[in-house]
Amino acid sequence: MNGVHDMGGMHGFGPVREEPNEPVFHDKWEGRVYAMSRVTGVAGLWNIDMMRASQEMLPPPVYLASSYYERWERGLEQLLLKHGLVTAEEIAAGHARAPAKPVNSSIPPSQANKLFTRPSYARPATAPARFKSGERVRARNINPATHTRLPRYVRGHVGTVEALRGCHVFPDAVVAGHGEDPHWLYTVVFDGRDLWGPEGDPTSKISVEAWEPYLEPA
Amino acid sequence: MHDHDHEHASELSDLQLRVRALETILTEKGYIDPATLDAVVDAYETKIGPHRGARVVAKAWTDPEFKRALLADATGAITAAKMFDRISDHLIAVANTEQQHNIIVCTLCSCYPWDMLGLPPVWYKSAPYRSRAVSDPRGVLREFGMELPVKTEIRVWDSTAETRFIVIPMRPAGTEGWTEEKLASLVTRNAMIGTGLPLAPGAAR
Repeated sequence: MNGVHDMGGMHGFGPVREEPNEPVFHDKWEGRVYAMSRVTGVAGLWNIDMMRASQEMLPPPVYLASSYYERWERGLEQLLLKHGLVTAEEIAAGHARAPAKPVNSSIPPSQANKLFTRPSYARPATAPARFKSGERVRARNINPATHTRLPRYVRGHVGTVEALRGCHVFPDAVVAGHGEDPHWLYTVVFDGRDLWGPEGDPTSKISVEAWEPYLEPA
Repeated sequence: MHDHDHEHASELSDLQLRVRALETILTEKGYIDPATLDAVVDAYETKIGPHRGARVVAKAWTDPEFKRALLADATGAITAAKMFDRISDHLIAVANTEQQHNIIVCTLCSCYPWDMLGLPPVWYKSAPYRSRAVSDPRGVLREFGMELPVKTEIRVWDSTAETRFIVIPMRPAGTEGWTEEKLASLVTRNAMIGTGLPLAPGAAR
């Protein structure tokens, strides 16, 4: 979806400001939100793409005004509600009111280290790769109203396949409820001037990781 | 709500209350164990951070065979070197050279190599960085106090999939014969994102 989360190339957000001696979490609640998201993910009801989509669907003013972990909190609530793990009444009351769903997400602290590595998103290839390294490809001009990982700033532009990364779970399909539908993933590199015109830096090259359905021969 | 209640509640923000309520509900329903949350928070506050990536960089600086393997398959090379218990798949290491300087960004969210660098700093997740790293990388680097030679190509890696990137900076001059441990102390988080360079040898711990 063409949401405010797709920020590449936008103007007006001001300079990048680094915080000296920044803590990992700025407040206790941030760590709790992060950890709750990781632990509830173990139930397997949603994957990383659905987590991203739940944040992208926040109303634009809410997305922009929320801090990073605030977005995680709001996104997590949406997923918990959607999958029936909690009810709106429970969130309003701050206590359990309905019986729990039979899911297996409760892992003991001794097994917390299982959460520190992400699962693999590679899948066996179902077809040969359509493009090869060095080939010129165009990022399709697509504008799905649903989740996608093809940023707006490369759509319609021609770049070069630099590497094949194997077959990976296709986010667009997963979030649309069509299963993992794995596709070949490529690193496609674009010239700064091609993407940004005369304002672009001629010494810059920008790459995205693009699934095969995002690409067409140039 | 009575004024009295409100005064007590105001010590905690709405968000803090909301998060506390959510944890209570999830705990009461048996979905989570709060002690597991403690373990996760503790791990990211004390164990999983940029020092892990720094060890990988220092090893790449001293062991050409490892560096070759790392650039071909970072997850495989780090796993084979038995440097950590286990790391995630799809890690890609990109090396800076005199000709090319690499920068990592995630314009769509905040993808970051958690098991190499820990959780990302606020600036990495912020709109200013996500919007401009791809369109004005030199301007962004200037805000970090970096001015690269005009002839150096800047390569920006937008992390739009489950691949994750770590930059292997160039080894600073004047560190010949140093141990991996001493070299690692020069490798900053920003050097591994590309928004910084390793510390000068005089800064070694």
